[in-house]
Amino acid sequence: MSQTTSERRPTPTRRNTGPVGKAADWADERYTGSGLTRRALNKVFPDNWSFMMGEIALYSFVILLLTGVYLSFFYDPSMTEVRYNGSYELLRGVEMSRAYDSTLDISFDVRGGLLMRQIHHWAALLFVAAMTVHMLRVFFTGAFRKPRELTWLLGVTLLTLGIVEGFAGYSLPDDLLSGTGLRIAHAIMLSIPVVGTWVAYAIFGAEFPGTDIIPRLYIAHVLLIPGLILAIITVHVGLVVKQKHTQFPGPGRQENNVVGERMYPSYGAKGGGFFFLVFGVMAALGGLVQINPIWLYGPYNPAHVSAGSQPDWYIGFLDGSTRLFPAWEIRLWDYTISPLVWPCVVLPGIMFTLLALYPFIEARLTKDRALHNLLQRPRDVPVRTSLGAMALTFYTVLLISGGNDIIAAKFDISLNAMTWAGRIGLIALPPIAYVLTYTICLGLQRHDRQILEHGVETGIIKRLPSGEFIEVHQPLGPVDDHGHSALEYAGAAVPKRMNRLTHPGRKAKGFLWKVQDPDEVQDRSGTEAALEAGLETNERRELAGRPKDPEL
Amino acid sequence: MTDRPSTTKGRRPRTRLRRRVSGAIALALALGTVGVAYATVAAAATPKAQVASNAPSEDPVEIRKGRQLFEQGCITCHGRNLQGVQDRGPSLIGVGEAAVYFQVATGRMPVARQEAQVERKEPYYDEAETLQIAAYVQSVGGGAEIPTGNLRGSDENLAEGGELFRLNCASCHNFAGRGGALSAGKYAPPMDQANDLTIWTAMLTGPQNMPVFGDNQLTEEQKQAITNYVQTLKEQGDPGGAPIGRMGPVPEGLVAWVVGIGAIMLMILWIGAKS
Repeated sequence: MSQTTSERRPTPTRRNTGPVGKAADWADERYTGSGLTRRALNKVFPDNWSFMMGEIALYSFVILLLTGVYLSFFYDPSMTEVRYNGSYELLRGVEMSRAYDSTLDISFDVRGGLLMRQIHHWAALLFVAAMTVHMLRVFFTGAFRKPRELTWLLGVTLLTLGIVEGFAGYSLPDDLLSGTGLRIAHAIMLSIPVVGTWVAYAIFGAEFPGTDIIPRLYIAHVLLIPGLILAIITVHVGLVVKQKHTQFPGPGRQENNVVGERMYPSYGAKGGGFFFLVFGVMAALGGLVQINPIWLYGPYNPAHVSAGSQPDWYIGFLDGSTRLFPAWEIRLWDYTISPLVWPCVVLPGIMFTLLALYPFIEARLTKDRALHNLLQRPRDVPVRTSLGAMALTFYTVLLISGGNDIIAAKFDISLNAMTWAGRIGLIALPPIAYVLTYTICLGLQRHDRQILEHGVETGIIKRLPSGEFIEVHQPLGPVDDHGHSALEYAGAAVPKRMNRLTHPGRKAKGFLWKVQDPDEVQDRSGTEAALEAGLETNERRELAGRPKDPEL
Repeated sequence: MTDRPSTTKGRRPRTRLRRRVSGAIALALALGTVGVAYATVAAAATPKAQVASNAPSEDPVEIRKGRQLFEQGCITCHGRNLQGVQDRGPSLIGVGEAAVYFQVATGRMPVARQEAQVERKEPYYDEAETLQIAAYVQSVGGGAEIPTGNLRGSDENLAEGGELFRLNCASCHNFAGRGGALSAGKYAPPMDQANDLTIWTAMLTGPQNMPVFGDNQLTEEQKQAITNYVQTLKEQGDPGGAPIGRMGPVPEGLVAWVVGIGAIMLMILWIGAKS
């Protein structure tokens, strides 16, 4: 290693000038990182808008770490009883735990504390939401297939850890809402057959609520789970770098290459800019929209409960399943199986197991053992897409049912009607979603093939000498005597409108002013050259007075 | 930005005074914009409190006027002698003037139709007429009286009021008095429009699905404290920004998905369209 270094870089300081170059040389002379850096900077990422969703989750996590560090300076995870004496008048003199007291102080008496708390909470909601959206993208495009099953498993682990981490954070302020949430979590633990009581005591350390749970949750929230998440993110992203990112099929894109932009300068600039956009959204939400107003909830007291006590959205599906599931209490001699165990333990267990194992289930069923670096458009795999839509519908019904009392109150619907709509919807809607999605997928496939065969509708209606009216179609390739072209569908997006065909290359549009004159831009795309050939054929046909598409 | 005047292109140097003045104008503009925007949002959330002028009298003239109103507007469902009509309306004997005040002043009575719950609407009778009907009903059967005097007590009771509210009221009316669903189409209404007297008469008479909180359950001081807490909470601003209903995590989740993820998705599409 050191030999090659000295050969490659005989006089490094002469090559690099300026402060950055000198600093780089200083480091390279000592640590020889230039090869690695060069590879990293030259790394090619394929370009598609949907590939940026994982980044949202990553950036949210960074924002969570930053704001969380600030909050940890002031938060005190202690169950010591104190009497509140801060700025918020409506609670002054009330007995509460030190945890709640310090959270009130963060909200009212620490400079920037409320903003940080709110950004932290919004970022937490968006972190899990972004992971979900990213997972859906990976699912529907088949990015989880061999060789990326481990990446998928790590992703599912991250999602689960994110949910647990979020719930731990939600519980820390020890306000009425979070205490109610902990009470329900405690009840769910108790409902586990045989070991439930032991599990609950092991975690809470005493009868509910006890004084141990908040300090334990705190260590889990600030050290244990974030550490795990960070480690798994590193492996998850490291695998993407090692195995290279997947890409959609298209001109020049194959299983064994990656077509896109280099890390430096374009992709890095894009990602860096995107970080600030994401940060901007979270800062705007944190500054403008109130979240988790703990001073309104009051301190936790097991005798108190508020209407509409809901968990944050990522736990909502469990709340929904509990509301929808019938209260079946099974009594076996002197032993009782709690009705909570089915909707709160068994159901999520099945859901997450299926989610984690899906790549293996699909490979088993399709007997597909090949390596896949090219993605699939959702329409091309109608069974998977429809299964996904089905699962998503199931989940959405559960999620909506988790807030069904709020919906009932706000929209003047009977709560019982909401519950029954949820129960029926949970069983009836997923199959409907499957059939609908399947039909839509097939329709989109047919439309793609129709356009490849007949061309794009031009909107020009022509009258033939015989009196017949036809619409002129623009073929996408050379045509035979009947005006049909023999283009094969290759899994890539098919242009469907004329202005997707005739635009003169892509001009770089500026935000405030024009960067490039459209006339100066050269046609860059290989397909468009092929299309032009088609256009010529067409023009010849038109001059010869032949219809382009006698079929229509 | 140094203090040295720049001499390029013959532009006049920015003096300290000019910087101060332009800075002050910019600051005033920014503060003004935020202030106006905030006031617009905050104004919508604070209803104007109204207070009953006085309790209904025992003046026979008033009672007779109340009887006339009753016989025009209420008799169909509540009967000639207030005894109630089968399947239409309950007996009003012994409900007291407080119940009449709550039902009529909030527009719940006269009711348009029988439903799971009678909803609040624009009052049909004005304050004086309401009190006349109340006086008539009181004169027939007696019952809970409309409270008078100080309905809120002193501000020392706010914290106690909060504790009592969370113990007795929040389980149906939500932590911020924004209401919630009950079973089969019934609901605990939001307390946005409730004035002090509405809250008191509701506690005293337990309208519809609400339990009665008589003086044995909550003393007068405790009722004052609860009323004071509810009204103060309603008037209080939201330091965190838009309150999105003060309804807890459901609207928060909705905003996270629609506004948060929605905005970021638009950004992704924008970046995707540029590359």
